[in-house]
Amino acid sequence: MKKEGFHFIAYLGFIAALLLTLTLCVCAGSVALPLRETLQILWRALTGVPQQGARAAIILTVRLPRVLCVALSGAALALCGGVMQGLLRNPLADGSTLGVSAGASLGAILAIALGISIPILNFASTMVMAIIGAMASLAIILTLAYRLDRSFATHTIILIGIIFSMFVSGILSLIIAFSGEKLRTITYWTMGSLQGSTYLNALTLLITLLIFGTIMLLHARELNAFAVGEANARSIGVNVRRVKLLMLICASVLIGVCVSIGGTISFVGLVTPHILRLLTGPNHKKLLPATVFGGAVFLLLSDLAARTLLSPIELPIGVVTSLIGAVVFTVILLRSRKGDMHA
Amino acid sequence: MLEVKHLSAYYGDQPVLHDISFSVQSGEWLMITGPNGAGKSTLMQALLQGVPHTGDVLLDGQPIQALKPRERARRMGLLAQGYAAGYDFTVEEIVRLGRYAYHDALSGFSAQDEAAVEQALAATGTLRLRRSPISQVSGGEAQRAFLAQLFAQNPKLLLLDEPSAHLDLSYQKQIFELIQIWLRHEGRAVTSVVHDLSIARRFGTRVILLDHGRIAADAPPPRALTPALLQEVYGMDVAGWMRIMYDNWAE
Repeated sequence: MKKEGFHFIAYLGFIAALLLTLTLCVCAGSVALPLRETLQILWRALTGVPQQGARAAIILTVRLPRVLCVALSGAALALCGGVMQGLLRNPLADGSTLGVSAGASLGAILAIALGISIPILNFASTMVMAIIGAMASLAIILTLAYRLDRSFATHTIILIGIIFSMFVSGILSLIIAFSGEKLRTITYWTMGSLQGSTYLNALTLLITLLIFGTIMLLHARELNAFAVGEANARSIGVNVRRVKLLMLICASVLIGVCVSIGGTISFVGLVTPHILRLLTGPNHKKLLPATVFGGAVFLLLSDLAARTLLSPIELPIGVVTSLIGAVVFTVILLRSRKGDMHA
Repeated sequence: MLEVKHLSAYYGDQPVLHDISFSVQSGEWLMITGPNGAGKSTLMQALLQGVPHTGDVLLDGQPIQALKPRERARRMGLLAQGYAAGYDFTVEEIVRLGRYAYHDALSGFSAQDEAAVEQALAATGTLRLRRSPISQVSGGEAQRAFLAQLFAQNPKLLLLDEPSAHLDLSYQKQIFELIQIWLRHEGRAVTSVVHDLSIARRFGTRVILLDHGRIAADAPPPRALTPALLQEVYGMDVAGWMRIMYDNWAE
């Protein structure tokens, strides 16, 4: 029987590459730590041996939670990008196409600017507000799309998503203009940063990714059908409306959680699936698992660059992903187009 | 096999099809034809539940809305005009999608699924193209790949929406002959939208002539495509024009 997905050995390779990058990112930073000692500290932490000292503190309370959050956000954002590009049959789509990213930002910024705190969950008010923002945006976009055309046509969703994003950016600018002393926090947040991430953040990301990411991965065949064309998908028996709604909801939740923890990190969702498609081909059975690992590695390296390039000044990660992403993307596009021409 | 009762369809408030009723029996090749804007493609989309409509569509006596999409796909499948895949899937990947209705995400391809794919590739002459990206084959070959997908899907009823639009004559001939061979098996039927009245006459066992969303004729080809009816529906002397065209080849 022929298998369309990756072989088991390929997954081992992915995991090895991810672990290697994770270790590198834990070692490197404003204080460079030797590999051997880092591994020892990590091992002791895993086996429950109590540790003291500045280095253990740096690794366990600062770097490790951050690196985990970076890897998980990268994986989630790239996966969402891959899913959206297939679902909407548009290689330029990603989480921001839907307007959900913008909605999540609006929720979070409202929480910061107005100092909204949610009872019981006040430690995670920004996060909860971002998720509410993401879900509310999706609800608004889908309601409008449904009113315009009952079949949830792809171009209607894209169009409304873009209009909605622009509207929300307008509101965001308005809030920023009146934000006074909170300007710095808000601006920094809109550029994206995973500084100060906690284990709780990492756990939230992990659980969300496990649930919603798995649902997405299980729909690889349907996404293949959408990527070929919606009419064709309907003809071969895909429940077009149900799958579309399900994928949009999964992407919204994942993006909402990512934005709530790391702010708006652009380009990962657009570039990662794009680059990986050149290697794996368009089949989502390969593309989606590859984007999970590829997104994690890409964002880990971007975060490392953000921390070390101008050390001790730390750059917002969103700035790095956009700068690196744009250059890498252009080079790859130029090369692949040249290749096409010679082929 | 297929029964359509009082079907009306709308784009917004604009009615496109008015109270259409017809049926398709096993062994039949029903040709739906008519001028641009007569509602042919809308009718196809309505059969697949792709546009809002009123009235009933029954497949094997069951209302089509009551069938799950996969169950429907095992009974009825569509070949549309000039599919262009959004990404560069290989011909084989496209054909394999035809087996979607036969297994779920976890069960994977069975030996039967594999055999159906091989047979479909062989029947449509696309075996040698199986690893070619769809963007790198000709329009006619791409259309054969989608026909192979439809054969792999193995429905009893094929819906074809202008399957040979934009194809040159040799590919047109290939596509229609392949479908003719497919139809020879018992318990199968075809319903297709065509513009070319000669093709409707040559391959159809019955013709429905649509005019402004209504049925102007529903009969075997010679009785449905009469000069008088065509004159009325197309607003021109169709038979006379065809004669002039074919006379050019007489010398």
